[in-house]
Amino acid sequence: MDWPAILLSAQLAAATLAVLLPLALFGARALARWQSPARPWVEGLLALPLVLPPTVIGYYLLVTMGGQSPLGQWFEALTGQTLAFSFTGLVVASVIFNIPFAVQPMQRAFEAIEPEVLEAAKCCGLTAWQSFVRIELPLAWPGILSAAVLTFAHTLGEFGVVLMVGGNIPGETQTVAIAIYDRVQAFDLGAAGAMSLALLLISLATIAVSYGLADRLMKARKG
Amino acid sequence: MSLHVVVRHAAPRLDFAAELPEGEIVALVGPSGSGKTSLLRAIAGLLRPRQARIALGDAVWDDGSRHVPTRARPIGFVPQHYGLFPHLTALGNVETALLVLPAAERREKALRFLDAAHVADCAARWPRQLSGGQKQRVALARAIAREPRLLLLDEPFSAVDRATRKSLYVELRQLHAERPTTILLVTHDLDEAAQLAAHLVMIDAGRKVQAGPTASVLTRPASETAARLLDIPNIFSGRAEADALLWGPHRLRLAVAPSVQGNCRFVVLPQNVLLVRPDRPLGEHLDNVLDGRVRDTMQLGTEALVWIEPAGLPELQVQMRLPVRALERYRVEAGSCVKFCLRAAEIVLLGS
Repeated sequence: MDWPAILLSAQLAAATLAVLLPLALFGARALARWQSPARPWVEGLLALPLVLPPTVIGYYLLVTMGGQSPLGQWFEALTGQTLAFSFTGLVVASVIFNIPFAVQPMQRAFEAIEPEVLEAAKCCGLTAWQSFVRIELPLAWPGILSAAVLTFAHTLGEFGVVLMVGGNIPGETQTVAIAIYDRVQAFDLGAAGAMSLALLLISLATIAVSYGLADRLMKARKG
Repeated sequence: MSLHVVVRHAAPRLDFAAELPEGEIVALVGPSGSGKTSLLRAIAGLLRPRQARIALGDAVWDDGSRHVPTRARPIGFVPQHYGLFPHLTALGNVETALLVLPAAERREKALRFLDAAHVADCAARWPRQLSGGQKQRVALARAIAREPRLLLLDEPFSAVDRATRKSLYVELRQLHAERPTTILLVTHDLDEAAQLAAHLVMIDAGRKVQAGPTASVLTRPASETAARLLDIPNIFSGRAEADALLWGPHRLRLAVAPSVQGNCRFVVLPQNVLLVRPDRPLGEHLDNVLDGRVRDTMQLGTEALVWIEPAGLPELQVQMRLPVRALERYRVEAGSCVKFCLRAAEIVLLGS
């Protein structure tokens, strides 16, 4: 069992959640209220990672973050290390390809809040922030939980984008999915099997627990 | 002091102007889609009209570029489906309207308002556990918790059963007696308006049709549109003269000289069409007595509707209301000849 790879995957998933979740939360709420002809285009752009092959996203990210790109050069001048083939680069890539998994469940959750409830909050004298914290966040909670779990599980299992942007550097960019691939290439099927099973069980448990929680929450509310 | 409302808007279409008395229960009545709810939302600041002047006494909420946000208006609002916060208990719902207070005081005050709305025993329940009437009461408690100067109720009784509605009417009247705030009640139910409101505003297609004391608006429509909105069946054409109204071959006496002479429309409410008892001589008090033939009758519980064809006007029917026992006693049935009277004071000439 390649524990460093499993740990690295967990760190990547946690870092992705920490960066993406707050951004996606406000983005999803804004999208849920935004009425504009441009809305389908923005939604489409955010959903692109769902339909594009991971290698295509990985390719564009690699070009954007590589040593020849302005972003790559700026990052190297700032930190002394390359953005591509580094853990930081992996976090940036992971945040981008997880956008639809984080935004969509939260957007649907915010959209599902009855306008009458939001108007009632205004009539109760609540400020926009009070309404967000006391009314919208608790009501959108199942969607926020779904978004977090999907993002976490998806990051654990992502292969194509990680390989393109991070390569296969043990301890730095070799996540569990890459490690499994690596083990299979080396005909170490026992280790590959053990890690695959671990990944499968972790993913299944995370999703089942989140679905269960969301289900209980919805039932408790609807009676 | 009054509630001054001028609202012009394109979609939904509103072209409304009225001065409503402060401290009264005012009913805003109109058919579905007439703009009642939109007007209420504009007064609450939830809809920002293209052009508006909304002021309660000296406090101006909307005027040109000035727009006081909803949360800063001293209002309470009960929307049609109550808008209760589903993740909070009844107590939590009311407490949310009292966030300006310290937590302990907030709880005590919220419980007091739940008690005033007769739902103190529901404090710990979630909205999903409440009946329609209880939800309505909790929403009302939440709305009055801020002690608003203006309470806006959007068809609040439409989703509760008849018995609950009756008790809610009484409770609302009591609440208003204890806290004489201005209440603007949107309804499409004229009976509800008649039972609750001292002042009535009729609205149609976004425009004010008529406004005034409830009894006066309900019995003396100012225009044919108002008469139709009030569902008055007896709308006829005549010709006004200096002291009388010519109606086909009949000359009807009027209690008040008409302001305009010439062709006009007029109404008589069915309850003001009186049957002249055949067993009694015509008294002095009966005026405008006409002959007619009963076309049809229909019993509705203890009351009956009777359609009469007036003599000399075969194309018209006058609707009258009678107790069912009067139908039997005076043998009022299809084909029978009757005498009826249109009291001069109850003939209402309509403006254009």
